[in-house]
Amino acid sequence: MRYTRRWSALVMVLALAVAACNPADSGVDDTEPAPVDTTPGETTPGETTPGETTPGETTPTTACAVDQVDGDLNFANWSEYIDPELIAAFEGEYGVDVVESFYESNEAMLAQLQAGVVYDMIVPSDYMVGIMIQEGLLMELQKEAIPNLSNLADRFQSPPYDPELAYSAAYQYGTTGLGVNLDVVGAEPESSWALVFDPALASAYSGQISLLADPRETMGAALMYLGYSINDTDIAHLEEATALLQEARQHIATFDSDQYDEALVSGEMAISHGYSGNMIVGIGGADNPDQFAYLVPQEGATLWTDNMVVPTVSEHPCTAHTFINYLLDAENGAILTNWNYYGSPNAAAEEFIEPEVVEFYAGTLDSDQLQVIEDTGDYEINFNDYFAEARS
Amino acid sequence: MSESTAAGRWSDRMLGANGWLVYLFLYVPIFVLIVFSFNDNQRVAVWTEFSFRWYGEMLQNDAVLRALRNTLIVAAVATAASTVLGTMAALAMERYRFRGQRGADGLLYLPIIIPDVTMAVMMLLFFAQAINIASHVVRLNFGLGTISLAHIAFNIAYVAVVVRARLAQMEPQLEEAAADLYASRWQTFRRVTLPLIMPGVAGGALLALTLSLDDVVVTSFVSGPGSTTLPVYVFGLVRRGVTPLINAVSVVMLVASIVLVGVSLGLQRRSGKGSILIE
Repeated sequence: MRYTRRWSALVMVLALAVAACNPADSGVDDTEPAPVDTTPGETTPGETTPGETTPGETTPTTACAVDQVDGDLNFANWSEYIDPELIAAFEGEYGVDVVESFYESNEAMLAQLQAGVVYDMIVPSDYMVGIMIQEGLLMELQKEAIPNLSNLADRFQSPPYDPELAYSAAYQYGTTGLGVNLDVVGAEPESSWALVFDPALASAYSGQISLLADPRETMGAALMYLGYSINDTDIAHLEEATALLQEARQHIATFDSDQYDEALVSGEMAISHGYSGNMIVGIGGADNPDQFAYLVPQEGATLWTDNMVVPTVSEHPCTAHTFINYLLDAENGAILTNWNYYGSPNAAAEEFIEPEVVEFYAGTLDSDQLQVIEDTGDYEINFNDYFAEARS
Repeated sequence: MSESTAAGRWSDRMLGANGWLVYLFLYVPIFVLIVFSFNDNQRVAVWTEFSFRWYGEMLQNDAVLRALRNTLIVAAVATAASTVLGTMAALAMERYRFRGQRGADGLLYLPIIIPDVTMAVMMLLFFAQAINIASHVVRLNFGLGTISLAHIAFNIAYVAVVVRARLAQMEPQLEEAAADLYASRWQTFRRVTLPLIMPGVAGGALLALTLSLDDVVVTSFVSGPGSTTLPVYVFGLVRRGVTPLINAVSVVMLVASIVLVGVSLGLQRRSGKGSILIE
């Protein structure tokens, strides 16, 4: 009896190893609706598919119609980033299943795509979209199938990493700025990095300032205060920024990327450098939210965007296009933001978004000083080194 | 003379204090985590009042429950398989001599030394190639299967180390005596060797279970559609700031591990009583 149990355990292990891997998908090809083969205009060039790494036959480009679905959606997203009811509603409306996966870094997702792991839709951040396009990992979007693209605000119609919006559509965005305690800094603080970098101003809040422990964000803030681009790769400018940060160091209490919003609303900090998404939650949860404000400094602030894209290996591209179109719908876009509190790139959604959230993000996108952090390649290490020097 | 005993007493006391400090250092964070998982507040570090709110939210969160289920499946499969394979490897290395043993020995422990990320990328490429080749016959994709295989691969080494340590302590004469008494090799293993190395096997299994339960790096590289495990999910959550939901999830994992350890210790003690000498 004992032996058999052990063997059955082994067999189970082997069976699992063989089943490795959702053979459930294998039936899908037959059920795929016959492609409407008269592709209007441009088709995705076949050369862009990374030949050897793609498992099996590459999916031929099929023209997708609006609201067309061609099977269940393998959707990889960040944790806690979408209202589950939004997914349930999509499943009900279109009669498909959405299989959700979650990933914890852009880089891991890149490696997975390069190895040929099959997802139908993913949500990488801005700089990673650029890399994935270069690597030929993304499918060109069929804009005819996504009429709601026109709902995107102007700023998201031609992002630097994908100027033609050929491969991506913005999902949510956020900025990096300063959360301030109005009781301490006054009711109408100047929206400027001078609050932390100008010793004359910062000395008034000495020991009550926290900056992000992130080289690109914090060195970037110093660069922008000095009038340079956040992606500036002139080492002399970086040295200048380092000197600025070293000078300001005496007034800075801590470099913190995790608890800054709590430190702000608990009164421990008067000025906290941080991400808008956390600030809105932190300030919204404070006993007296009106006592705090989130500033997007006029000299420049970071704008990040997560984007919906369809990998070339996608097996159900039409469902993916339909899902993108569904999320870009005005009301659905609002549901997204009302649930995760990140900024909505969907201009049409604004009227359905909770007033406090609209107020929090009001004017953010009007600033022409918003900058997107780009990959600087080999220069990247300098940000780390100089930041380490400045904060020590 | 009296001075030296005073010094001895003093150093004893310091040693004792040191022991307590180590325990404090290890357990206070866990205690804080448990306490704050019962906190009715969106913020992690501000206490308001006692509530089961986050446990309720956890039970209603399908994504978390699915991730928990995936984690448990992978951990169970990986622990069972790697314990068997690791024990076999340890026996081979410790009890037999064969050509190329030294090389095999070194290779067996490689997974312990290799950094996680290297391991992860290797696995990813390996599975990609394997799936590619298999695609001529059957359509496979990344998922729980690949995650389980990856966990088995790195767990074998850990199990083998622990079991080998136990084997090395064991007198080979006991096995020889069994052979003298006409026990077959299998009987010897079953009746003599295995009971004696059981604590090592159990220890190895627990280690494998723990490693499997909290692996993030390797798992996130070799996962596929719908196979996200809890550690990967939680790691992704941190990007958006820590919420007490994580505390609640962690407490559940913690209690589950403690129960598992308790059960295995209990089993060991029971099997220890009916030892081979009495049989």
